[in-house]
Amino acid sequence: MIIETVTSQLLELFPEYAQATEHVVEIVALEEQPSPEAKKGKKEQLVTRQNGLKNCSYDACGYHLDLQLSTGQLLAATALLFKNGFFLETITGVDWIKEKQLEAVYDFSRYDFDLCRVVVRTRVPRENPAIPTITGIYSGASWHERETHDFFGIKFQGHPHLIPLLLPEDADFHPLLKDFKA
Amino acid sequence: MTEPIVLQPDETFVLNVGPQHPATHGVLRVKMTMDGEYIYNAETVIGYIHRMHEKMAENRTYSQYLPNLSRLDYLSAMAYSHGYVLAVEKAAAIEVPERAEYIRAITVELNRISSHLVWFGAFVLDLGGFSPLMYAFDDREQILDLLEGITGSRLTYCYFRFGGIYNDIDEDFIQGTRQFIKRMRKALKMYRKLVTTNIILIKRLKGIAPVSVDMCQRYGATGPVARGSGINYDVRKNEPYSVYSDFDFDVPVFTECDAYARYNVRMEEMEQSLRIIEQGLDKLPDGPVNPEKKPKAIKLPPGDYYSTVEAGRGSFGIRIVSDGDKNPYRLKLRTPTFSNMHLFDEACRGMLIADALAFMGSLDLVIPEMDR
Repeated sequence: MIIETVTSQLLELFPEYAQATEHVVEIVALEEQPSPEAKKGKKEQLVTRQNGLKNCSYDACGYHLDLQLSTGQLLAATALLFKNGFFLETITGVDWIKEKQLEAVYDFSRYDFDLCRVVVRTRVPRENPAIPTITGIYSGASWHERETHDFFGIKFQGHPHLIPLLLPEDADFHPLLKDFKA
Repeated sequence: MTEPIVLQPDETFVLNVGPQHPATHGVLRVKMTMDGEYIYNAETVIGYIHRMHEKMAENRTYSQYLPNLSRLDYLSAMAYSHGYVLAVEKAAAIEVPERAEYIRAITVELNRISSHLVWFGAFVLDLGGFSPLMYAFDDREQILDLLEGITGSRLTYCYFRFGGIYNDIDEDFIQGTRQFIKRMRKALKMYRKLVTTNIILIKRLKGIAPVSVDMCQRYGATGPVARGSGINYDVRKNEPYSVYSDFDFDVPVFTECDAYARYNVRMEEMEQSLRIIEQGLDKLPDGPVNPEKKPKAIKLPPGDYYSTVEAGRGSFGIRIVSDGDKNPYRLKLRTPTFSNMHLFDEACRGMLIADALAFMGSLDLVIPEMDR
């Protein structure tokens, strides 16, 4: 099964995450509880998640592995997924304004029937959001990264052509930031 | 905002295709650097009809956002609403009556055929054959009439609701659909004789515009583009959703990787969709089409949800990030044409311009879906 293969390879790559996995399993159990608990624990949800690999329930959230890592480890993880035959589904961002962080989210999936969806996340400070580009591994990341740059202002370092894609060519605003005023 | 300087051979010139050009089927612009008739380099410029649907989602409740989904891809709008309602239902754990799911599958497949028919007509028109468009639009008109009868709209359907559908189908729709299946089977035979085996079409498409498996993986191509490159990937089979596991249908895969393979995938897909519709009508269970207790104000438990469906052009994904509020905290639309079109720049290098236009047609572009 590809899930086990990828999990073990990822853990080999980042040995410090082995412990994090155990730690995070508790969080999953918490999330699976019905909503009244979630309402009460709304403040706790704001606690920034630690980097680590999380096994998720595919039926509940739609993906199997959820990996959060530092920007420095992004390229290694992406290269590993590419080597294992994953294709890039999409890249997007989320603005966590209360935590003063921007998150870039990468979705990977597979063409064969050995189903495994992997989400890779990385968080950067809002004041200076810079993430290395993965266009060297996945050429198709180019447009996705340009779009994410349009919407969130995340700078993808090393991107060959980081100009506005969907927004006008002279756009200097980032509409999906939560403090954006039209 | 300066563009990187690309060194070019001496004898090239820049040809601007679009934003308004018959072959782009929408406002899409391609800056082509030409060496005579051959493309030396191409840069696709998109975003002319960008409407920021993702920001709109943050300002609306989950129900208010429903009509937006059919404005993404105006040719196969049903599949996009289907993806959205499934994503929300999964996250909010809303039960859907079986009859509603069957009707959803039937209407989505009807819509897929109508979408492929537009592609078929327009594609052959791009290649210089005018009359197939007339036949294709005549057949498509039957579908639009059927869907108009039950949904009330002809293109931008807002038929699905969380937990069910807007209203039940009637006997007219069932009879009409059965008649349409008969008619469409005849028409597909005719298309095969008239167009598919036509020597001019074959000469224009066979061996043209190869897209390798490696390229599909690097760009994340899905749908008929991937299946024309020998990749057996169809979300309906790989991650069965709704009631698709109840149906017996095949996923057409062609390994030639050329424009003709992509053409054949879509032609075969129409036949397979007819099979699904036929089985859906045969198996259609009785019962309600909406849950007894209709969900009113929908709030998703905090979390991050991802859901995918097979739309007319490939895998359509939705990511919903919820903070427990009545509006989504963040909603991302992963549209198939966006990834499929991206590989054009790389794949068309060294191609004749006439072949590049055939290539563009074989990708089946719907621009509003790409620009969102």
